[in-house]
Amino acid sequence: MEWANQLCENRQFGSKMTDSKYFTTTKKGEIFELKAELNSDKKEKKKEAVKKVIASMTVGKDVSALFPDVVNCMQTDNLELKKLVYLYLMNYAKSQPDMAIMAVNTFVKDCEDANPLIRALAVRTMGCIRVDKITEYLCEPLRKCLKDEDPYVRKTAAVCVAKLHDINAQLVEDQGFLDTLKDLISDSNPMVVANAVAALSEIAESHPNSNLLDLNPQSINKLLTALNECTEWGQIFILDCLANYTPRDDRESQSICERVTPRLSHANSAVVLSAVKVLMKFMEMLPKDLDYYSTLLKKLAPPLVTLLSAEPELQYVALRNINLIVQKRPEILKHEMKVFFVKYNDPIYVKLEKLDIMIRLASQANIAQVLAELKEYATEVDVDFVRKAVRAIGRCAIKVEQSAERCVSTLLDLIQTKVNYVVQEAIVVIKDIFRKYPNKYESVIATLCENLDSLDEPEARAAMIWIVGEYAERIDNADELLESFLEGFHDESTQVQLQLLTAIVKLFLKKPTETQELVQQVLSLATQDSDNPDLRDRGYIYWRLLSTDPVAAKEVVLAEKPLISEETDLIEPTLLEELICHIGTLASVYHKPPSAFVEGSRGVMHKRLPARTGSGESTESPDVGTAAGGSAPEAAPSIIPSQGDLLGDLLNLDMAPPTTSGPPPPTTGMQMGGMDLLGGGLDSLLGGDIGGSPAMGAGFGAAPAVMPASLNAPVGGGLGDLFDLGGVGMPMGAYIPPKIVWLPAMKAKGLEISGTFARRAGVIQMELILTNKAMSVMTDFAIQFNRNSFGLAPAGPLQVLTPLGPNQTIEVSLPLSTVGPVMKMDPLNNLQVAVKNNIDVFYFSCQYPISMLFVEDGKMERQVFLATWKDIPNDNESQFQIKDCHLNSDAASSKLQGSNIFTIAKRTVEGQDMLYMSIKLSNGIWVLAELRVQAGNSNYTISLKCRAPEVSQCVFQCYEAVLKN
Amino acid sequence: MSTSSVTFDPYWLLFSPLTLQVLICRNYKGDVDMAEIDHFLPLLMTQEEEGLTCPIMSHGNVHFLWIKHTNLYLVATTNKNSNASLVYAFLYKVVEVFTEYFTELEEESIQDNFVVVYELLDELMDFGFPQTTDSKILQEYITQEGTKLEVAKTKVPTTVTNAVSWRSEGIKYKKNEVFIDVIESINLLLLFSPAVNANGSVMSSDIVGTVKLKTMLSGMPELRLGLNDRALFALTGRDKGKTVTMEDVKFHQCVRLSRFESDRTISFIPPDGESELMSYRINTHVKPLIWIESVIEKFSHSRVEIMVKAKGQFKKQSVANNVEVRVPVPSDADSPKFKTSTGHAKYVPEKNLAVWTIKSFPGGKEFLMRASFGLPSVENDEMEGKPPITVNFEIPYFTVSGIQVRYMKIIEKSGYQALPWVRYITQSGDYQLRSNF
Repeated sequence: MEWANQLCENRQFGSKMTDSKYFTTTKKGEIFELKAELNSDKKEKKKEAVKKVIASMTVGKDVSALFPDVVNCMQTDNLELKKLVYLYLMNYAKSQPDMAIMAVNTFVKDCEDANPLIRALAVRTMGCIRVDKITEYLCEPLRKCLKDEDPYVRKTAAVCVAKLHDINAQLVEDQGFLDTLKDLISDSNPMVVANAVAALSEIAESHPNSNLLDLNPQSINKLLTALNECTEWGQIFILDCLANYTPRDDRESQSICERVTPRLSHANSAVVLSAVKVLMKFMEMLPKDLDYYSTLLKKLAPPLVTLLSAEPELQYVALRNINLIVQKRPEILKHEMKVFFVKYNDPIYVKLEKLDIMIRLASQANIAQVLAELKEYATEVDVDFVRKAVRAIGRCAIKVEQSAERCVSTLLDLIQTKVNYVVQEAIVVIKDIFRKYPNKYESVIATLCENLDSLDEPEARAAMIWIVGEYAERIDNADELLESFLEGFHDESTQVQLQLLTAIVKLFLKKPTETQELVQQVLSLATQDSDNPDLRDRGYIYWRLLSTDPVAAKEVVLAEKPLISEETDLIEPTLLEELICHIGTLASVYHKPPSAFVEGSRGVMHKRLPARTGSGESTESPDVGTAAGGSAPEAAPSIIPSQGDLLGDLLNLDMAPPTTSGPPPPTTGMQMGGMDLLGGGLDSLLGGDIGGSPAMGAGFGAAPAVMPASLNAPVGGGLGDLFDLGGVGMPMGAYIPPKIVWLPAMKAKGLEISGTFARRAGVIQMELILTNKAMSVMTDFAIQFNRNSFGLAPAGPLQVLTPLGPNQTIEVSLPLSTVGPVMKMDPLNNLQVAVKNNIDVFYFSCQYPISMLFVEDGKMERQVFLATWKDIPNDNESQFQIKDCHLNSDAASSKLQGSNIFTIAKRTVEGQDMLYMSIKLSNGIWVLAELRVQAGNSNYTISLKCRAPEVSQCVFQCYEAVLKN
Repeated sequence: MSTSSVTFDPYWLLFSPLTLQVLICRNYKGDVDMAEIDHFLPLLMTQEEEGLTCPIMSHGNVHFLWIKHTNLYLVATTNKNSNASLVYAFLYKVVEVFTEYFTELEEESIQDNFVVVYELLDELMDFGFPQTTDSKILQEYITQEGTKLEVAKTKVPTTVTNAVSWRSEGIKYKKNEVFIDVIESINLLLLFSPAVNANGSVMSSDIVGTVKLKTMLSGMPELRLGLNDRALFALTGRDKGKTVTMEDVKFHQCVRLSRFESDRTISFIPPDGESELMSYRINTHVKPLIWIESVIEKFSHSRVEIMVKAKGQFKKQSVANNVEVRVPVPSDADSPKFKTSTGHAKYVPEKNLAVWTIKSFPGGKEFLMRASFGLPSVENDEMEGKPPITVNFEIPYFTVSGIQVRYMKIIEKSGYQALPWVRYITQSGDYQLRSNF
């Protein structure tokens, strides 16, 4: 404890008495001396000794050997001494459980002391002694203290219930303390109410399903009243608790909002943020045309802006939350751009967050100012900040089309500075601008090419190579430029190698005559000299393409690329909703759901915003099923996962080195890689049969297995054959469509789901393949369907019993029943599915072949058939053609029977076979069919008659699928 | 349904270049292992090396939320989804309370008073829930000279749990007075850029005002403060001259917020002694009260010439006091030479600044400062930022927004007469000039 000694030596105490002298005794035999002093008869000496013990404890020395001696000092009327002994007890009781029992008597006695300070002290300390044996002795004193006449004791006892619950939850429940705690919510003293709310909230957290807080209009009213009277901290507990309530309708929602808005004027930033949370959540229920709704929107902006004058750490929390709020409700802060301008002396973490929000708020109206600021930032010294500022300019160009030209010229100015990292960032973003506005700004390419030599970061090199390849026809010396990279091919990072390979292939396709040698060189480098499977596979694919069908190669490689989306790194909508419910907390700062970083919170329900209700309508609880039909799936596709997202990390793995600053650029390596190769026709080929989603870099993982086979495959069949794994060896019996990807990993934080439907032995099965493409283990799978046309519903839980590790795949069959709730869907066979795991809930839609619903007893009696046929009005008859079917009528009949389409009779008229068939759907609907097969004609005609004619289209599709597979 | 918890285990730890040691810690919940704090400093060091500090760091399941006060780090740890804004607000409150108790919060004052520190930590927070954090109230029952006051400490001040938790009963003054200071700080960013506007333009400006009270009133007085608030006048339909629109208002705990929300009345029972009653923000375009123009010419390898012109753009009768114009100079500059038309200028090499001070600057006047510095022939190849010129000043008897205290009503049941005194002052906040020449 040298530092303590030094301190004391360096200081003149003068006449002032200070505690630091207690830190000085460090010599041997100290414990022995202390022991003697603790047992001294003199009160003063005793107290001094206890202080010395605590001082030793503070600096981390083990003084547990003195336990019995210190506990002996417990019975004293000196409050200060008592506090010190209690402090000692809290620290060491756990390591000396047997001796801690010695203290029980004093605790019990102290809880009945005449002095409320001592009663409270005892009850406060008791709860901190985490020794099971002791806790049961504490129930009676605690019960008394909860009903104490002094509010100071009651408020302390309220917290003690939460402490005790943490040690022994069962005990607290058995003793009825939870009810007493609930009663305290109606206490006359605001501080008691606040602590009771805090304690109940804390306990409720470990009981996600209990209705402990029992929030109802009456209790809400009590809380709102207490809100006006309790301390700033109490207000936060109450507001955070209110945020968990779901009002019954928009009127209740509005009235709560009205009573919460005054809190926006509180000087404490945390009170303001918690109030913002309640308002953001409840606002969701208000009709947008309500006057109050727009009033509320206006009221939110000023306090959010004022948060930026708080201490820097609070500013940081505020900015992270504003980032969420701006995504959820951009209208609130759209006129406040200027307050997010970076100040020279802002800490770096504040600067970076402000930049992010500036981009989100950038619009045509303010873009000139924003650009001027960004340009200013790009000349500062802090490298990370400068890089982010340059990227921001690129994002502006992509977001606000009218500004693109100005952004490009700003970027060119920055390139002229020749500051190495500025140039590199600028080139990366210019590539994105080219992706967004093709054939518009090529005039700058010459300037870019001048800086080729100064690029030493893989991302910038890859970007530049992409530009050269993409615009090879306009760059006279494109071949020389690319060749210069080729020299050190094996020293480049994978990202650059892949890009170089693609760029040279592009160049070859554009200028075949002079670049043949170059392309051969790169192909052999990639396929023969590389250990990297991705690179080899891509090389092989190009090689095959070029040698078999150059025209197809051109179509594939030079296909028009989809434009990149405007808004990048938006948070996925369901996650955003959840984060809005967690405003002010760590989750809102990390932009991750609590389940991602809090242990043991897996079973906890994800918070959702309440559903909006029309005026007067009652709120339907937003269950997973209805939510699936909501907005979530539609908004999803335009989103590129932000960095920090598991999937984003995964996709960046081989393509881009992890960057330390900010979100990834709008186009990540993964997109470039994926799109260049697969854009155009090839992706549907691969996507359909191999089951790799085109956007997934991992889709290539399947390729090595394919390659050797395809190399030997006959060339004549064209490319389609090479990849066609499907159609081979389909089993007879019921038709089962091939599995397709229903939920790409990109939309589901790494969970990929592909699947199909089958009917086996009369049971409808949903056959799923779950693949974990994220980096962390997935558990707690569950599935739910939205209401659908035929009442399909899972007949049991999803049987994924073991956790699904990264890169693991599991196949599951889910038996389905047809007794679920019914709602007509469009198309009829559409099924909306929600799958939950420990990470989140994901939604997707899929379509099942209606033949799954064809039951086994669907063979109609001939007589009945005739009668029914006549009975169904002719308006209900629909006719379809099935083309290119080469089966004869018997083969067709037996194939159809496998799928429960039963042939009842066959007639042959003038060489034309007429088959009469019946089908019964699981819900009892009959479909009657007449199939006409003409020998020598591969076109079938089919007439369908049904009382519910809307099913005909689906039934026809089944015929087609069954007959052709 | 899950709830966001507000629990955490704050630790205090000291960091100095020589000894890295936890100074004092209090484990409020016991759900985070005390040893976890050992990961804090390495994390912090890594961040500082990378130049990317962040007030939240994590190691495994444990999250560290920290602030720095002088050379002390105040660190809260948690493994839950805690309310982060509450944690920071609380840490700053702890600094405030300790500073009021020990004048300075530093290593020595913690060691000298560790018994009181432990007592305070117990009262400030319980099981992660902040409790009583008003230092005036705490001082009534947690005292530094514990031994002497044992008798007095046998009662809990009712204030601790009262709805009025910021003022004790039974306060007595011979003369009842309340002093009101209205202080407005101007935040302003001026831009000189040949590309935008050679004459300089105001990029952004706002006013942050505070109303501070020094209350010396007996008993439990009810106060009502009247300002020329436009929203209030619009509400009551009265029009009495100039009014001011306040963009956002923040109040001390004592002000009845719902009352203000409904009829814009500022009513409260004041804390005793000094307190900040309210703050407000006004988003109007502010005319720069002190206008600065600067020309900085850098002759590489030889010298840099600086010319700064300052003009007082406020009423002739007013005077700005303690005006300080701080001009950044290159870090390798030497041999300064100054010429000023008033005041005096000096070179502060440790901050790379030339500081021009004018004690008294009358409105409407214009002054000039010239400076020249030598530059070494070998150029410093380190990139230097372009810090802005900053200005400090103070103008008494005047608010730039025109806000006025129209009345302060003081009612106490004993019926005494009390006098309110009002002072106005306008000062510089973040007052910067960015030059692109």
